[in-house]
Amino acid sequence: MIPLPQRQRSLSFILAFCLVINSLSACSALPSPASAERSTLILATTTSLQDSGLLDILVPRFEAQSGLTVKTIAVGSGQALKLGSEGNADILLTHDPEEEIAFMQNGYGVERIPLMANQFILVGPSSDPAQVKGTSIYVALHKIAKAQATFISRGDQSGTHKIEKALWAKAGIQPAQEPWYLESGQGMAATLTIASEKGAYTLTDRATFLVTRAQQNLVILVEGDPELLNVYHIILVNPQRFPQVNFTAAKAFARFLTSPQTKAFIRQFGQAEYGEPLFMLNNGP
Amino acid sequence: MFDREVFQITLLSLQISGLATLLSLLIGLPFGTFLALSNFRGRSFLLSLVNTGMGLPPVVVGLFVAMLLWRSGPLGKLNLIYTPTAIVIAQVIIAAPVVSGLTTAALQSLDPRLRLQLLGLGASRWQMIWELWREARLPLLAALMAGFGAVISEIGASMMVGGNIRFQTRVLTTAIVLETGKGNFGMASGLAILLLVITFLINWVLTHLQQKGVRI
Repeated sequence: MIPLPQRQRSLSFILAFCLVINSLSACSALPSPASAERSTLILATTTSLQDSGLLDILVPRFEAQSGLTVKTIAVGSGQALKLGSEGNADILLTHDPEEEIAFMQNGYGVERIPLMANQFILVGPSSDPAQVKGTSIYVALHKIAKAQATFISRGDQSGTHKIEKALWAKAGIQPAQEPWYLESGQGMAATLTIASEKGAYTLTDRATFLVTRAQQNLVILVEGDPELLNVYHIILVNPQRFPQVNFTAAKAFARFLTSPQTKAFIRQFGQAEYGEPLFMLNNGP
Repeated sequence: MFDREVFQITLLSLQISGLATLLSLLIGLPFGTFLALSNFRGRSFLLSLVNTGMGLPPVVVGLFVAMLLWRSGPLGKLNLIYTPTAIVIAQVIIAAPVVSGLTTAALQSLDPRLRLQLLGLGASRWQMIWELWREARLPLLAALMAGFGAVISEIGASMMVGGNIRFQTRVLTTAIVLETGKGNFGMASGLAILLLVITFLINWVLTHLQQKGVRI
């Protein structure tokens, strides 16, 4: 038993060798990072554009046209801007006007281009315990606070969360410490599921609501208020500030997004499936 | 989305976690053996570190690896963030302590007289280690299964350093989170069952290897 018979030992070595070779070939099947340096584009985007399915269609189209590889990182607008402000992304798609302007003023971005818009809406259970249906957004928030009806906030510094906080502030209400005000800390679709399960109110972008409506027990209660406009911007990260940023690719993607073909596609996107387009191109309601 | 995309996600999960497990074995087996057979100052401290590493939360590993690999981080020049390689790196950090720790435990549970007997019979150091591994092959295969189980099921690190990018770094666990988030519970549970079945099949093969030749 002590010294292994020679043949058996060499057999085990061959086996081990095969395993290593096998793993190396698996390794080479993975995309190599060094050669990919200039041909990849890191896109940091708000979750609603991914959850709505828009990017799943636009990104492969752009990749086919340009030969570039796009790495889409779907996070909240806050985190997307943070990634951009450290040069960790090449191009951003966000919807947080205030933070975007600060981002540009700090010199992190070189160009900010309006892409499209949709509406924020207030949704809640059809029983509508706070009786907010058809009111303006500020009246609705006051009624929710007065009725102490459960409200789910994103709580993740996303564009939607920022706008929701601004609406509460403008309404003169500080809900943060209230027991009926809950923070999910998750993306829009996940937050809608929580609101649906808890029979709670929440503020959402129209696109994510329409896409996930089939799974939710939620109805639209406040819509069309001019305060509730939701504008998405493209931001190109400053290549002077961050030399590693792939500006050429970012520029090409921005050109693609604003091209007449893409615009025509966005204008009808969702029409067939949800009965209305998910996004509008002009910035008005 | 079923069909080719699911197949691609599954294959990628297996490639990434399989490679990470193999690398963890290449690191953990020698290192665990070294810890089991040597005696030096600070050995029990090092072993405590390894044992703590066995419980490393994947999301913590993900955060640190992401901070290293981001363009703004010290290894940003390598352009590894949001690649499968980045996930492999994070998963090796998760699984290597598991394999190391269980290897040490496996070898230490052998009768210490075996080692003396092997050396007494004229075995070289390498022959002695080889025989100890053979003797402990049951718990060593269990170490391998534990390592694989840790990485195929982890999500925090894959999400953070991989970015859950469609066709590039989306693996089974991150796809399940995405589909759950979207409210596609049918798709999410389909992927979840797929993950369980695959994990079972792999453990079945390993257990079969492990139990072969065992006589009670």
